[in-house]
Amino acid sequence: MIDNLLAHEADLWVYLASSPLLWLTLTLIAYVLADRISIAANRHPAVNLVAIAAALIIVALKLTGASYETYFAGAQFIHFLLGPATVALAIPLYRHWAQVRACALPILASLAVGALVAIFSAALLARLMGGDNLLIASLAPKSVTSPIAMSLSEHMGGAPFLTTCLVIITGVLGALILTPLMRLLRIRDSAAIGMAAGVASHGIGTARAFHVDSVAGAFGGIGMGLNGAFTSVILPLLRPLLGL
Amino acid sequence: MIAALAGIFLCQLLGESLCRFFALPLPGPVVGMGLLFFFLLIRGGQGEKAVPKPLAAVSDQLLGHLSLLFVPAAVGVMRYFDVLSQYALLLTVTLVVSTTLTLAATALTFQLLTKKS
Repeated sequence: MIDNLLAHEADLWVYLASSPLLWLTLTLIAYVLADRISIAANRHPAVNLVAIAAALIIVALKLTGASYETYFAGAQFIHFLLGPATVALAIPLYRHWAQVRACALPILASLAVGALVAIFSAALLARLMGGDNLLIASLAPKSVTSPIAMSLSEHMGGAPFLTTCLVIITGVLGALILTPLMRLLRIRDSAAIGMAAGVASHGIGTARAFHVDSVAGAFGGIGMGLNGAFTSVILPLLRPLLGL
Repeated sequence: MIAALAGIFLCQLLGESLCRFFALPLPGPVVGMGLLFFFLLIRGGQGEKAVPKPLAAVSDQLLGHLSLLFVPAAVGVMRYFDVLSQYALLLTVTLVVSTTLTLAATALTFQLLTKKS
């Protein structure tokens, strides 16, 4: 009787683990919980939605012994929407186009400065702390959106999958640091805040910028898109300077 | 709403195709964003009419929960806990300092140049 029940339970688990439903539900519940915590904390920057939701899911996976591959086979449907969401960034960009056009010079200049600081500060610090070339090449493109960062990392002799992790951690850090740092520097211009978020910490920073306001979100999208293009052109050229 | 979603997917599809065809060093969705923006620019319209309502609704839904879409990729960090913990100090210092400097440098440059103009 008990054997029978256990066998049933195992069957049920095999079914659930192989269907996307369980992992999609888990992802949505973890996100809703993280969102509730964030709202309860008054959207405090230290309460990062991505980090909390991912941590909850990792704990659930460790407890059930499910692998990331099993999880991702289901959760990929949410991951897929990142593409359409990136396309949708055209709408806030269009809504704020008049303001964006008026800021062409600050946008291009801050893009160039920010992108170079991102690359050189990461490479120099890692070098000073004894990092090897593989690590430095994996770190150098950390501020740009992950598909670009992965191909740059590979091109420079890094490890693309390590780069994906570093890109995500950079995104979460940027989202955490953004508003306290801007307050410290007395920067209140939403456009400057959004641009910084997009250049330094791609889409995760941009998601945080949308919590500031829609202007910050629009400039986050611009910063992210432009930095992706800019870094993919200059990083290979900077290779000798970085000692790679 | 479905038409708006189809439009967004179509922009991404065109973006991915252009990137592959011309071997552009950009992700397809970023080019797709450019295409959709270009479409809106040609279409014109001001204020409330600027963006077709269904398109605005779909975009606000997607972008309102942008954080959710990063969660599956973020869970992937679990596969690299051993590498990450092996270099924990180096990576923590590098990422925190570099991200802070990048945010500050970008925002300060932006602010300096808007104040001047």
